[in-house]
Amino acid sequence: MSAANTFSRRDLLKTVASAGAALVIAVEAPRNLATAAPMKPVANPLKAWVAIDQSGTVTLTYSKSEMGQGISTSLPMILAEELGVDWKDVQVKHASVDPVYGNQGTGGSGSITGLFTPLRKAGAAGRQMLITAAAARWNVSAESCTAKNGAVWRGSDKLMYGELVEAASQLPVPDLDKVQLKRLEEFEIIGKSLPRTDVPSKVDGSALFGLDMRAPGMVYAVVARCPVFGGKVRSYDATAAKAMKGVEDVFEIPAVAEAHSCGGVVVVARTTWIAMQARNKLKIDWDYGPALSESSETLRRQFRQIVDSNMKVILNQGDVASALAAAPASKRIECDYELPFQAHATMEPMNCTVHIEGDSARVWAPHQAPNMVQGVVARAAGLKPENVQVHTTFMGGGFGRRYQADFPTEAAQIAKRLKKPVQLVWSREDDMTHDFYRPASYHRMTGAVDASGNMTAWQHKYTSTPIAEWFMPNAAPESSELGCTLQMPYQSGGYRLEYTPAKSAVPRAWWRSVEASVVGFVMESFVDELAHSAGVDPLEFRLNALGDARLVKNPNEPDARPLDTARFKGVLQLCAEKANWGTPLPKGEGRGVAVHYSFNSYVANCAEVSVERGQVKVKRIVSAVDIGIPVNPDGIRAQVESAIVYGLTAALKSQITIENGRAVQTNFNKFTTLSMRETPLIEVHIVQSKAAPTGIGEPGLPPTAPALANAIFAATGKRVRRLPIQPGDLS
Amino acid sequence: MAISFELNGKKISVDEDSQTPLLWVLRDTLNLTGTKYGCGIAACGACSVHIDGEVMRSCVMPLSAIAGKKITTIEGLSSDRSHPVQQAWIELQVPQCGYCQSGQIMTAVAFLKKNPHPTAAQVDEAMSSNICRCGTAQRMRAAILKAAEGMKA
Repeated sequence: MSAANTFSRRDLLKTVASAGAALVIAVEAPRNLATAAPMKPVANPLKAWVAIDQSGTVTLTYSKSEMGQGISTSLPMILAEELGVDWKDVQVKHASVDPVYGNQGTGGSGSITGLFTPLRKAGAAGRQMLITAAAARWNVSAESCTAKNGAVWRGSDKLMYGELVEAASQLPVPDLDKVQLKRLEEFEIIGKSLPRTDVPSKVDGSALFGLDMRAPGMVYAVVARCPVFGGKVRSYDATAAKAMKGVEDVFEIPAVAEAHSCGGVVVVARTTWIAMQARNKLKIDWDYGPALSESSETLRRQFRQIVDSNMKVILNQGDVASALAAAPASKRIECDYELPFQAHATMEPMNCTVHIEGDSARVWAPHQAPNMVQGVVARAAGLKPENVQVHTTFMGGGFGRRYQADFPTEAAQIAKRLKKPVQLVWSREDDMTHDFYRPASYHRMTGAVDASGNMTAWQHKYTSTPIAEWFMPNAAPESSELGCTLQMPYQSGGYRLEYTPAKSAVPRAWWRSVEASVVGFVMESFVDELAHSAGVDPLEFRLNALGDARLVKNPNEPDARPLDTARFKGVLQLCAEKANWGTPLPKGEGRGVAVHYSFNSYVANCAEVSVERGQVKVKRIVSAVDIGIPVNPDGIRAQVESAIVYGLTAALKSQITIENGRAVQTNFNKFTTLSMRETPLIEVHIVQSKAAPTGIGEPGLPPTAPALANAIFAATGKRVRRLPIQPGDLS
Repeated sequence: MAISFELNGKKISVDEDSQTPLLWVLRDTLNLTGTKYGCGIAACGACSVHIDGEVMRSCVMPLSAIAGKKITTIEGLSSDRSHPVQQAWIELQVPQCGYCQSGQIMTAVAFLKKNPHPTAAQVDEAMSSNICRCGTAQRMRAAILKAAEGMKA
């Protein structure tokens, strides 16, 4: 059949260049795994980022993983803007792993944040080199030439970029810190809603995801992993599995601790289906290990014991104890919030295709951290990282799950033995029961307001199964969990934050918006509770508590961008205005607002709900976002729509519970998601800012659940403090 | 024993175990990868194809059940993305990650064939057992209504 998805040895870019400066991203691979080949600090944008052919077709390279967030359009837009080419002439190409691109890790809503300026400089440097080449051809000064629409102009004379590129690419690369960048007013591409480059291939089945890679002689592998977290194979009998027609091999692979891979029994077969069927026939004696006794209930008991006890004080500003003591009982609130584990549940389950030949390997991975893949495959297969070619495919969702080393490690272990191309396939059940889940958490909140409606005290006692313990064993456990609780935007007489970790064997990691999905819900629900306790409109109460414009620093990262309360307030007010805040709604309906700062971006959401006989219907969500200069507005709207739906699923539908040391939900029949019928109208408003652009893959999520919960309170007087909302919670 | 059926207008014959789901025949035997694996239990709709014009979940459809039938996959919907549903999908920029979209489009096409002038509520009903984790439902709803408009003309 079609040969489109049979892979051929793509030319790795041999040129060395980079405009990709070190990126600041929230999600960093563990250092011991990130042993990819070192970065080479040279630069030639006309070789690394831009290819121009005689016909004028411009091929722009994007260095980040496309998982639906639209980066394969927005990054090339930035390059094209400064390069001076027509967007209609542009094609895009995904970079293979190469040191010229620096860190190709894609997470933490960091791609635009980190690459906006480097790509502008790369594009501008390319433009300058093309102008220099044209000036030399004409024997005139570069200053007398301009570049636009894929050509260099001198009066009405022009030389097309295609005629110049060969000479231009031989020129020395200009100092990237001195290249002339366009003024914002000159932008012709940035700021326009342009159709995404990947969309056509996603309506006809031609887009190639990791699972779509095919090679001559390729076989398929599945792994039987212990259902209990941390369990191991004691022994196994593969007689029946091996007897199946089409089964090629059955063998055991060990767990790899630094990759957090489970190990297990591998079945290799001619097709995925045969491999899955043969796996069912394995007889495995598992050593379940100590996690067997863990359940959601045991974890909840532990959480409650922790918040009942003395905890580690993280921040203690003002005098919370006195303020609480001074408040009359009617103006003091104490309540507990809790959030469960969540699976990423990307539509495309984990997979990785590897072919090892001699001392080199080729890898096709739907992965958010391709540099890390290079390192882990090299390590698992005993190869030099520079001999491992990594090609990043389209990925069927990422949401943080594809930042992990487990599945590429397994694929390399298997490929090392087989010496032929092999595709490791995770079934949906594998994916859901061996995820790295969003941590479960528990929060005891105590606060007070005074008679004039001002907030006087806010105390947050917080426990969770921290990500840091899993990936950063030398860091403080709370370092991955606190988010905006370290940058409390609301002022009161006293603010106190305490944190102590809980023990759990459940794997955990970065899930869309990470800790912001947790603290956003708790902070923005609790401020709403205080507003109602004060008898003040929740929007008004927030605006009062925000006070005058100021910058709130993160005390643990003083060099990080501070929270700007003016921008925080700005999105809150824009959202309220667009949502007709304060206008009456029919009985049984309510409106709730929430605002949050995450990944340097500001988002406020306002939800409108109706609640009938305990059933919530989300009717409309209005969102306002301030992410600095908007690069592709329709792409921004799509990401906010997406984050809101992902957040609503976690608030209303999905969770992972634990019994007998394993995940209870194994597939989409139990882990349910928001359907079209349940999806509200979503409106997104974008602040026309001139600030440096920041990311939007995640920041729309954190203010979603609290806006919903606050709207439910407005509609019913019932406060949601535990997610997801269960049948019966509101009746 | 080989089983014969019609795939995207061509007669073919496949020699796999008769219990093999059509999904894996398409993907692994025939290398036709536009149809996606999402759950394996008919719960997500990523594997949706048309069998004799009806939308079906190929992950639970054994090869034995499709002998002699006409199968259409996303690759067979049009040769040039010209189907009104594909056009509407592009115009409204529906896909994000795109993984579920073959199944969504095949479901929408079959629905519009039966109900060419749907209400939004009917669209919701028809599409609500297909999962999209990127949250494209709002755009899909609008695209289906738009495609219906276009097909009227």
